[in-house]
Amino acid sequence: MKSLEELRALREKMKSQTDNRSVAGSDETVIKVGMATCGIAAGARPVLDALLDEADKRHLHNVSISQTGCIGMCRLEPIVEIFKDGQKYTYVHMTAEKARKVMNDHVVNGNPCKEFLVGEN
Amino acid sequence: MRELALNILDIAENSLAAGAKRIEILVSADFERDRCVIEIRDDGCGMDAEMLARVTDPFTTTRTTRKVGMGIPLFKFSAESAGGSFTIRSKKGKGTEVRAEYQISHVDRMPLGDFGGVVLQLVTMNPGVDFLIRAENGECSGKLDTCEVREILGENISFTLPEVRAFLKEYIQENLVEIFGGRL
Repeated sequence: MKSLEELRALREKMKSQTDNRSVAGSDETVIKVGMATCGIAAGARPVLDALLDEADKRHLHNVSISQTGCIGMCRLEPIVEIFKDGQKYTYVHMTAEKARKVMNDHVVNGNPCKEFLVGEN
Repeated sequence: MRELALNILDIAENSLAAGAKRIEILVSADFERDRCVIEIRDDGCGMDAEMLARVTDPFTTTRTTRKVGMGIPLFKFSAESAGGSFTIRSKKGKGTEVRAEYQISHVDRMPLGDFGGVVLQLVTMNPGVDFLIRAENGECSGKLDTCEVREILGENISFTLPEVRAFLKEYIQENLVEIFGGRL
């Protein structure tokens, strides 16, 4: 079984890597997932997991993913807000698959997935 | 909500919203007695007696956008519909303690669900908040204290770095499998 001792080894390894990662440029993309009762009940956790997983897989260091409280449109949850290029995009009724598509098309390639945006359906 | 883990996440989010600096979560199962206890304790802003009396009412919320708040009522319902009980204690300025007890074999008891994923999410997404997560089954127990992890890693290494996340994920999952092994 893993023990916390292994963390010590990990720390030594990470020390050399922290420098080039801590600098986030102004081109940072901020992603927020609604994580109040409404979001959680609608399935926000798998969405958040999918976003984090994609960010890990693609080594996206200029993307910050966090959670937030109730965004206010509970019936449209799970909601993902993306702040990119000075604009805010609100994706509604998200699923893990949609989240992966948004990550790929919008966050990486810069083409918002219009069909998932609020007000589009 | 179809998982107890999601209820735990929801209550812990309340603690975070209450400005808690340390949140303790306990999942304790006693398979012999067929009971399971979930406790979430925080040092957030707490509530006064008047609010505390109203808090299990779905038409009570601190939100300003609407008048409905379902988190605590849903958690209470999950316990009371599964041969268990629910208590909440709070002191203004001191913190809040929520406790739910379940009959493990009850047909309406929700499965624990992805508790490991919830723990991982809580500890990695909330820098600046300490978590003590404990799981026990009467014979063996495991814990994750973020103070301990922080001490080993040092101040500069974030929990969100992929390598650290991967370690924590495995550490949590292995411990939980060992302790509950799919029985909850």
